Amino acid sequence: MAIGMGVVPLGLAWLWARFFSPRKPGPEKSSNYECGLASEGDPGGQQNVQYYLYAIVFLVFDVESVFLIPFAAAFTGLPIGAVLAMAVFLLLLAEGLVWAWLKGILTWH
Amino acid sequence: MSLNEIYNWGRSNSVWPLQFGLACCAIEMIASTMARYDMARFGSEVFRPSPRQADLMIVSGTVTKKMVPQIVRLYNQMAEPKYVIAMGACAISGGPFKQGYNVLKGIDRYIPVDIHLPGCPPKPEALIHALMSLQKMIADQPLTGEGRPRHLKPEGASEFPIPHQGEQDLEPPCNPHIWRPPAIPRPVTA
Repeated sequence: MAIGMGVVPLGLAWLWARFFSPRKPGPEKSSNYECGLASEGDPGGQQNVQYYLYAIVFLVFDVESVFLIPFAAAFTGLPIGAVLAMAVFLLLLAEGLVWAWLKGILTWH
Repeated sequence: MSLNEIYNWGRSNSVWPLQFGLACCAIEMIASTMARYDMARFGSEVFRPSPRQADLMIVSGTVTKKMVPQIVRLYNQMAEPKYVIAMGACAISGGPFKQGYNVLKGIDRYIPVDIHLPGCPPKPEALIHALMSLQKMIADQPLTGEGRPRHLKPEGASEFPIPHQGEQDLEPPCNPHIWRPPAIPRPVTA
């Protein structure tokens, strides 16, 4: 019964599409969507490594704060396991911060 | 109630326009989706940023010749069945800029237009009226027989040729299968 409820509408949609939306592909219709302009170049191009560093530092500061606020709010009622897990998480992120600091990413150019 | 009527009821009440503005008419188009006019009442508030998800193209404003290839390509990329509203005097005929060397004198030279909406620019009420007329048109469209939509006819084109910038003008200057220059009847003088 449950499988039928899933399969029957799918089958009906498939039948409907078979009769009332015939496939008519074409070179323009099937081409990549790029705001109406003809597609150009290779989408797998290289990105500047700065974006990678930016992502790491974003993770360290922003995502850390998102987790730290509920952690701080529930701190007194937490079991020892949760505190340990959080400590490991903080250590990993602090490690990232130390790495970024040593690499000199934090100095403004 | 037939299956055809149920199908048309569904699709005429969920016409999703392409998010695509060309000139001042686009401001009126935006206004008609906002709270005061609220096009959402007619199921058309979902302006899609991709032609794959849209079934209505509102050509809202002056079509410059540089923009024509992009418009025709976007129209080609939309999924069938698709409809076009030519909004405002410019999209219909070039409007006040008709004499401009760079202005297309009506988008119906390249893509089939279903609703011509006059005005300069048309008020949001007018756009809503155009949408309601389109909904009536969709609701009356049969799925079989002579009046069925283009994509259900085996000989119906799936793509419309995209013009390119030639030496002087767009080439070709129109799609002769859907538009021909009007013939001017002249009295024969002997």
